[in-house]
Amino acid sequence: MQKKSTYDRRGFLLGSTAIAGATAAGALLPAGTALAQQGKLKVGLMLPYTGTYAQLGVAITNGFKLAIEERGGKLGGREIEYFTVDDESNPAKAPENVNKLVQRDKVDVVIGTVHSGVVMGMAKVLKESGTLWINPNGGAGAMTGAACAPNFFRTSFSNWQTTHALGKVLKAKGHKNAVFITWKYAAGEEMMEGFKEGFEKEGGKLTKELYVPFPQVEFQALLTEIASIKPDAVVAFFAGGGAAKFLKDYQAAGLKGKIPLYGSGFLTDGVLDAVGDAGEGVETTLHYADGLDTKKDKAFRLAYAKAFKLQPDVYAVQGYDAGQLLAAGLDGVKGNVANKVGVIKAMEAAKIDSPRGTWTLSKAHNPVQDMYLRKVVGKENKVQGVAWKALADPARGCKA
Amino acid sequence: MNSRLTKFLPWLVVGLLALFPLMESTFYLQLLTKVLIMAIFAMSLDLLVGYTGLVSFGHAAYFGLAGYALALLAPKYETVSLWWSFPASIAICALFALITGMLVLRTRGIYFIMVTLAFAQMLFFVFHDTKLGGGSDGIYIYAKPTMKLGEMELVNLEKLEQFYWLVLFLMAATYMLLHRVLGSSFGRALLGIKVNEHRMRALGFPVFRYQLASFTLSGALAGIAGYLAAVQYGFVNPEILSWHQSGAVLMMVILGGMGTLHGAVIGAFAFVLLQEVLSNQAWFGIAAKHWQLAMGMLIMLVALYLPQGLAGLMQRFGRKPVAEAADD
Amino acid sequence: MDFAFFLIQLLNGLQYGLLLFLVASGLTLVFGIMGIINLAHGSFYMVGAYLAWSLSSMTDSLVAAILLAVPLTVILGMALERLLFRHLYQRDHLYQVLLTYGLILVFEELRSIIWGDDVHGVAVPALLNASIPLTDNLSYPVYRLAISGVCMLLAAGLYFLIQKTRLGMMIRAGASNRDMVQSLGIDIKLIYTLVFALGVALAAFAGMINAPLSSVTPNMGSQVLIICFVVVVIGGIGSVKGAMAASLMIGLAETFGQVLVPEVAGMIVYVLMAIVLVWRPEGLFGKA
Repeated sequence: MQKKSTYDRRGFLLGSTAIAGATAAGALLPAGTALAQQGKLKVGLMLPYTGTYAQLGVAITNGFKLAIEERGGKLGGREIEYFTVDDESNPAKAPENVNKLVQRDKVDVVIGTVHSGVVMGMAKVLKESGTLWINPNGGAGAMTGAACAPNFFRTSFSNWQTTHALGKVLKAKGHKNAVFITWKYAAGEEMMEGFKEGFEKEGGKLTKELYVPFPQVEFQALLTEIASIKPDAVVAFFAGGGAAKFLKDYQAAGLKGKIPLYGSGFLTDGVLDAVGDAGEGVETTLHYADGLDTKKDKAFRLAYAKAFKLQPDVYAVQGYDAGQLLAAGLDGVKGNVANKVGVIKAMEAAKIDSPRGTWTLSKAHNPVQDMYLRKVVGKENKVQGVAWKALADPARGCKA
Repeated sequence: MNSRLTKFLPWLVVGLLALFPLMESTFYLQLLTKVLIMAIFAMSLDLLVGYTGLVSFGHAAYFGLAGYALALLAPKYETVSLWWSFPASIAICALFALITGMLVLRTRGIYFIMVTLAFAQMLFFVFHDTKLGGGSDGIYIYAKPTMKLGEMELVNLEKLEQFYWLVLFLMAATYMLLHRVLGSSFGRALLGIKVNEHRMRALGFPVFRYQLASFTLSGALAGIAGYLAAVQYGFVNPEILSWHQSGAVLMMVILGGMGTLHGAVIGAFAFVLLQEVLSNQAWFGIAAKHWQLAMGMLIMLVALYLPQGLAGLMQRFGRKPVAEAADD
Repeated sequence: MDFAFFLIQLLNGLQYGLLLFLVASGLTLVFGIMGIINLAHGSFYMVGAYLAWSLSSMTDSLVAAILLAVPLTVILGMALERLLFRHLYQRDHLYQVLLTYGLILVFEELRSIIWGDDVHGVAVPALLNASIPLTDNLSYPVYRLAISGVCMLLAAGLYFLIQKTRLGMMIRAGASNRDMVQSLGIDIKLIYTLVFALGVALAAFAGMINAPLSSVTPNMGSQVLIICFVVVVIGGIGSVKGAMAASLMIGLAETFGQVLVPEVAGMIVYVLMAIVLVWRPEGLFGKA
């Protein structure tokens, strides 16, 4: 990280004089092509670097830069110049923040972000500006649904995807009814919908939806409620500190081992060090897992650990794939980013060789990907198999 | 100090600001638009904090409510007329301020701070937890309001410069309005109440009614800012009425120097620009990741050493405040 | 909901209320006695939790960590009072809001620099790591009950300190008339320093003993901050009794709110606060 930032800084100093040239290259004139290929490719990173999601922002940035470094620091023959904005995970400032990249820095592509609400704020601005956008996390369904656009791409997941496959899983385990518990906010509700749809298709019944006011972490009342309902299974979505506390409370309330706990993969990602043995045996679905044991995954993990002295996580993978997707787009037009239609076409056609396994994009530009069933073993989310092969988000309301 | 200059200075500033679009920088034009909107917001709060002596920690409620009002009043994919959506949104804010004002004005001091916060939090959860306004992801205003006179379009809000001029006009109008109000006998009464409520009551002033009028006006003016903010980016999210937002605008008022209208404007400029500068990775490199550390320390320094805010600092350097509304 | 579960929810509500009291007790002290609005109260809570985590992973014992950390937080509190808060007593509340808002940002960033942005867990002390079965599938963690016990002891201790001791008398006198106390030759400055340090230590202590339950995360402070204010204000500023009553009230309201009216659970606390303040503008146990 340290080294990289000094690079950023110098990059800016060099690049700022070239702003005028790059703007001119933005015009879709064939004559501008040569110019565009000489200049640096401007990549805007809009991610949380402060606040609750700071760690995720860093993992995504690392993953993205790793993908670029692996290509010699160049995409389509052009060097990269980074512009960074801390989005603070604050939706109220999202349009303004993304504007810094689009209008001030005049970036060619925006990478971001984690928080769903911020994603929605970005979408509004980026739809109008038409700037190329790759979202490496935020799972708001609308981005590749009702609000979809040709320049919007996502390399992570839709909220719906992360729980939809659980229906099949629960059915296979013989569970006939279940309770879903999550925070009362958009991502939680979308995951609940995804699960409900999948479970009901299998003939299961969602007995009750339980909501904890966001971002509260006092679960005792609803755990008691669960104990009184006595469902066959509990499905949960929480993340970060909330997830850690939920797992611990679930165990402490004595429910663990009596009513099996399932969840969206985020329930057990990045928190296993914090929860002791409270996570043990919890099964979740997600598009990434530990122990995938593919050549690509091994190479990625090794390279990441070497570069950043950290173990990669699902967020790093999503950032890495954002880099790979962008590379595919620029290779397709030989670095001529001004040919936006060409870039989009190349990205749409890309087959991403990801650490999570190969995936392609749906028509709405969301990954069509395998959802793994994982089980917590020790400090790992061990892969148990594929819960759903090539799961595609239904992209409801996307007319683009 | 030359009193003619102090009279003209605000006009000079507005005139200079009006020329800004000539710079042809889309980003800075949009940023400045936002600063002006926040200036309206800060002035509306200054009316309460600086002139009426009521510290509201939930002022974002009125700001956000106007935004949501526009989002919900406008048909989903068609444009809405500014002529009725603007007054309607402001009226909703005024009404909400009137009702909440009747309740919160029963309390004083710290309790007032907290009960205003409580009402704002309630509204926050109304929009965050229900589907009414798109829940926690927020809601879009797809088309900007139109401003037509008959068939003629007066201002095209899609055009950044024209929107900017509208905002500038409304900022100046708010300033003028407050200047007038505070200079009137009503304003003097407010100041009297701020200084000594009991005495004013003993003198037979209907203190509660004066305070309620001020509270309602303040809510309505915050509504102007909120409406404009929602129009600017076409996106509202519950976060615009969170306590962080209420805190931020309070910072602006104190930073600028409360009890001076121009202080609120200066505070809005300073606050937004500080964030802008400190978080600029291009200038500060790795340190920008921890930009909030510098921001926090600056805020603390202001609290300790600049009680009169930036406006007071200007005064200390031998200049009188540009337009001290209360004493001219 | 049958009767057994009703009783369990009642227990949940009371227990949650006691937790709230634990976190809010320091605030009501500083708030009431010194008249300081301290938005950074949540930050002290966070500092406590992070100290508990880092020290307990060094010493392998939460108790040892707490014993080490409490003096540290007392020193922190004294230093902050001497360097910052002392200058603000005579000024309007607004400046305290401003200063402590700035402090939140500073503490949050320092936390990020010193301890990083990860989520951490603290193990429940082995002695208390057990559960009491309540129904066929539900049991109650002993540690939660132990915390409830600590909260009640703390409440009694605070009440005793303020109402019955000589120091408490000076504190109360100082709260109502600073100048008079000073003229009697009592070192009011020292008392203020001590009270403030006590407030900081209480918040941090709450973070410490709560750490095994709540896990240690960035921004954990701002999540408890607002609810603490609600507790203090409903109860009546400066009243330990009031804080206790308000905590239990909120604990019960939240617990039953989530179960019975889940749609509006998020705003229930604030509705409660608005009702109380409109009915009794100085809080339940506040002095008018």
